[in-house]
Formats: sequence, structure tokens, C-alpha cells
Amino acid sequence: MSLAELICPAGTPAALRTAVDAGADAVYCGFQDATNARNFPGLNFTPEELAAAVAYAHARGTKVLLALNTYPPAGKVDLWRQAADIGARLGVDAFIVADMGVADYIARTHPQVRLHLSVQAAASSPEAIRYYCENFGVKRVVLPRILTIPEIRQIRTEIPCEIETFIFGNHGLMVEGRCSLTNYLTGQSTNMDGVCSPASDVEYRREADGSMSSQLAGFTIDCFGPEEKAGYPTICKGRYRTDHREDAYYAFEEPISLNLSRLLPELIDAGVHAFKIEGRQRSKSYVRGVVSAFRKAVDDIRAGRQADIADLVALTEGQKQTQGAFETKKWR
Amino acid sequence: MAVDKMTKLTLGPLAYHWSSDRRRDFYARIADEAPLDEVYLGEVICSKRAPFQEADLPAIIERLERAGKTVILSSLAEVMLKRERKATADLAELDTPEIEINNAAGLFDRSSRPHRIGPFMNAYNEATIGWMAGKGATHVTLPTELPGEAMAIAASAARGLGLGVEVQVFGRASLAVSARCYHARAHGRTKDNCLFVCEDDADGMPLCTTDDRPILRVNGIQTQSETYINLLPETGRLIADGLTHLRLMPQSVDMVEVASVFRSVLDGARDPLEAETALREACGEVRFSNGFYHGQAGYRRIANVVPV
Repeated sequence: MSLAELICPAGTPAALRTAVDAGADAVYCGFQDATNARNFPGLNFTPEELAAAVAYAHARGTKVLLALNTYPPAGKVDLWRQAADIGARLGVDAFIVADMGVADYIARTHPQVRLHLSVQAAASSPEAIRYYCENFGVKRVVLPRILTIPEIRQIRTEIPCEIETFIFGNHGLMVEGRCSLTNYLTGQSTNMDGVCSPASDVEYRREADGSMSSQLAGFTIDCFGPEEKAGYPTICKGRYRTDHREDAYYAFEEPISLNLSRLLPELIDAGVHAFKIEGRQRSKSYVRGVVSAFRKAVDDIRAGRQADIADLVALTEGQKQTQGAFETKKWR
Repeated sequence: MAVDKMTKLTLGPLAYHWSSDRRRDFYARIADEAPLDEVYLGEVICSKRAPFQEADLPAIIERLERAGKTVILSSLAEVMLKRERKATADLAELDTPEIEINNAAGLFDRSSRPHRIGPFMNAYNEATIGWMAGKGATHVTLPTELPGEAMAIAASAARGLGLGVEVQVFGRASLAVSARCYHARAHGRTKDNCLFVCEDDADGMPLCTTDDRPILRVNGIQTQSETYINLLPETGRLIADGLTHLRLMPQSVDMVEVASVFRSVLDGARDPLEAETALREACGEVRFSNGFYHGQAGYRRIANVVPV
């Protein structure tokens, strides 16, 4: 049986301490700039905060993984290199990377620090994963959220590194690291700036008939009746019209959360080494609730007990949830 | 603008699922009439469509090569299923340098034998391009969303390493790919029982916002821009910055005319403003954009007269 480490989001120093206290095996975080894919206002760490965070986590046996998982545009590579240098100096336990130039730099300059391949690298086959393992010494791959469990099991037999999968939180639809939707509408790039549907471009507009529209950079992403709760305007979760359909529909996916709590035993059995909880933008109390619940479930499964997943299902109460591609290839 | 006979004009791989007849007719005309130097062929988007393409491929290659055009075979952007892994490995085994790789699986299969780097490979910067060159890349197509400033630095680095360097200057931008087929979804189907409904939309399936503003196009697992990228006014700057190849993407417009317009501007034979008018006429109602190049929202059209 794999160790089934629990990898938890830390958007702020307070969230990091909360995740550590709630039983995270590792936390992942980033600096306050474009070097990571959650470059949101008010989130992330200064080097000083990261130093304190590493000390706090290490004192309690928790690892710290630093996300450097965006793609530097030409001319700005130094920012990513400096971030790696700082992370190495502060003693982070691994870097999560996507760009080959960044991976190559770290492999040469900081060979003592583990490299994890970010979901942003979109490595979804044994060959792609082996490319990164053999060239950069990658020790773990974070798999895209597009594979079924039998496919993950098969990949496991063909690669020399550990597997991490997302189990909870935002359900990414597009192949990560290959999506320019946000840049197309806002001028800020997910790959280069670490931004997805930025809050600064979001507007909610009350229409005359009482309905509410959610907009991104002036484009209507969804429209809600007076009684409906207006969702956040993420482009791939919006409603659109097309010629042969009468009504607007969710062309890509409904606003829905990923929740694989029911599949944990199967994922462990398939050889997944680490479970990732999405949500660096989430509150401390959210982190506490989710991490504690998954900690208990994973411990139960490891000890051969039936995990009580009621708590985990309740975490997304009121929100639609899905097992996405993991459950069935019909999702595709 | 200076006369430029060195810059090569290329035709990117067809993103859509056109019928066999349409595809053959299209490439026959491209072969005979379009002033293009290089043509990329092969199914890049959906492995289910690949068998249709493969049947005609030898005849189309022969026709294009007979007309003096270099043919490059492009690999799938997404590699997950067994058939996708095999298609990628088979392509990588070909004994020609003229293959374009669009997924790291292809890089693994190809090892250090010479190859081109496709636009899905995320060659955003000089460090990555340097790494790729060290592994056998002879040519790199930059990401479509890269701003011009970064493009210039990347192009200069690529040239310094002896690589060809290319960017898309015409056609819809690829904005995202997914494992899910949105064409099938729009028709209440799944990818496995799609019945190739994507063939109905030769230029992508239009999506509008709920207030009827055109926004995106669906092409199977791919999401594209509603606008056509048009960097005709920027060609002088691109060449000055070191781009060696300019890529036109096949759309449902007169691509021979589109290629002729770009060629005439490269040759200094036509005034850019007049060329712009001709391109406008060739493309009908389609909106043009160049926002990505100018570091702004991709859909935007930035007025631009760059003296060269």
C-alpha cells in the first residue's frame, strides 16, 4: 500500500499553520509574484514568511513544497531562478515545476532538492512523465485531472516516479498549462502571470428584471435568475449559446467541485502516493475543515478501517460535486 | 518596408475535421496556387479523426512536394490513450527531420534526433528553447499568447542557437485543450460516441454569451478564439525581431488569397494598408485581433502602424 500523503494548500502563513496543525503531511505554497499559478492579491508568501513557515512545518514533521509552476516569458527567467534560489536556501522540501527551462536550472543548481512535476506541465502519458524523470530527475508527477483510475493504475506500472492526484476542490476542465482563455479576455495569462479569471476583472450586474449577470472583463459569463445564487465568472464554467441549442448551456462544465472521497481506497490501491487538496485561495476555516476530515479518512483507510466519508461529502454541501474523469471515461 | 525574400510563409496543420473531399481539394489548390514555403500536415487535435486524415495523407504530401513545398508532419497535442501514444511514437520513428512535436511524449520518443517544436510545447523563454535545442530541436514555434517583447527575446535566442523560429500570424488562436469533447457535449453525446459531429463546423462551432456576443469557437476537445489573429501590420516588426517563419492557420476562407496577401507584404510588393484591405475582403465578417502580441486581451484589435 502507498503512503497516501496528504498535500494541503497554504495560501497564507495562517492557512499554512492551520493545515500543519490539522494533520497535513505536506503543504504547498508560492511567492507573491508570477512564479506560481495562484498569483492572486492578498495570497502567498514573502521570503521572510516562507522562512518562518518552513521552520513551523519542519518542527512538526510537515514538508513544504514550493510551487514555481508557471512559464516565464522570455526576458523574465531570472525571477523564477531567484525564487528557486531563495526556496533552496530556506530549505523547502521540493519544487513544483512545469517549465523545462526552470526544471533544468533547478536540476543543475539545486540537485539536492526534490523536483515535482506540476499539473501545469500536462504530462498525461508514461512517455511524457518519463521525459521529465530522465531529463530533470523528477521524483513525483501531479497528474492532470483527466485520467480514469484504471489509466492511473497503468501509468503507475510504467513510470519511475511517485504519483500525486487532486482529490478535492476546484475541478479544472482544460488541460492545465495549455489554457489561454483568461488571457484572451483579460490580457493576463494563466501560464505567464499565474492568473485565472482575476477578481479585478469581475463584475456582477443586476439587470432590470431582477436577474444577475456575472461578467469577466465585460463579457457575460453567466446569468442567474432572481432566486439563483450567482457564481464566480470562470470562463470554462460559464453558460453560452450556440446555434443548434435553444437555451444557453454549460458548454464546458457546470460550476462543480471535485470530490474523490469515495474513491480514496481505490486510488491508494492504484498506487497513488499523494493526495492533493486544491484551494490556496480558501479561508483558514475551510482549510481546517477539509484537511482534518481527509486526515481522518486517510488514517482510517491506512489502518484498514472503513473510512467515514459522510464528513467529506458534507464539506461540499450545497455545491454540486463530481468525480470527474476519475470515475468514468463517459465524462469525456 | 524592406523587401524580404528570406522569411518563410507556412501553413499550420488543419485544426478542423473537414471531409476527405474538401481536404483533398483544399490542399490541391494550396499546392498549385498558394505562395507558401512549408505546409504542416497531420491530425493535432483529436486522435479519433486521425484515421480519416491518414488515408489521404500520402497523396496530399506527394501533391504538395511536387509543387515544391516542404511538408512537415505534426504530432497530437494531447497524448493519453494507447492509440495516441502509438501514433506519437510512430511519428517520432520517421526517418526525416521534418516532424513537429506537440507533446512531451513525442520528445521522449524522438530522443535527440532532429525535430521541430510545435506551438503546444510551451517554449515561452530562452532557457527552455536552449534546453530544447540541446535535445535536437531545429525549429521552434512560439506560443501564440506570447507578447511581442518576449517574442523578440525568444527569437533572438533561437536564432543564436541556429534554430528556425515561427509564430502564428493568421487564424483562430488555440486557447485550450481538454480531455472532454465539447462538440460531442453540445450534441448531448460523449467523446466515445461523438459520431464525428465536429465535421458540421468547418470553422469551429460558435459560442455566444447569453447576451449574444460572439466569444469562442469549439473544435472537438479544443477551444479557439472567436477572432482571427491577424499580425499583417506587425510582420515588419516580427521579421526585424528575428522570426524566420510566419504561420497561417487554415480557416474557411480563401487561404490562397490570404497567403498571397502575406507574401506580397513580405516581398515589399504591396503597401501594408492596401494589403490589409485585401485581407479584410478575403475574410468577410470575421473580426481580427492582435491583442496577445501587444500584451493585451487576446481578442482586442490594437491599431498599429509600426515604422520599420
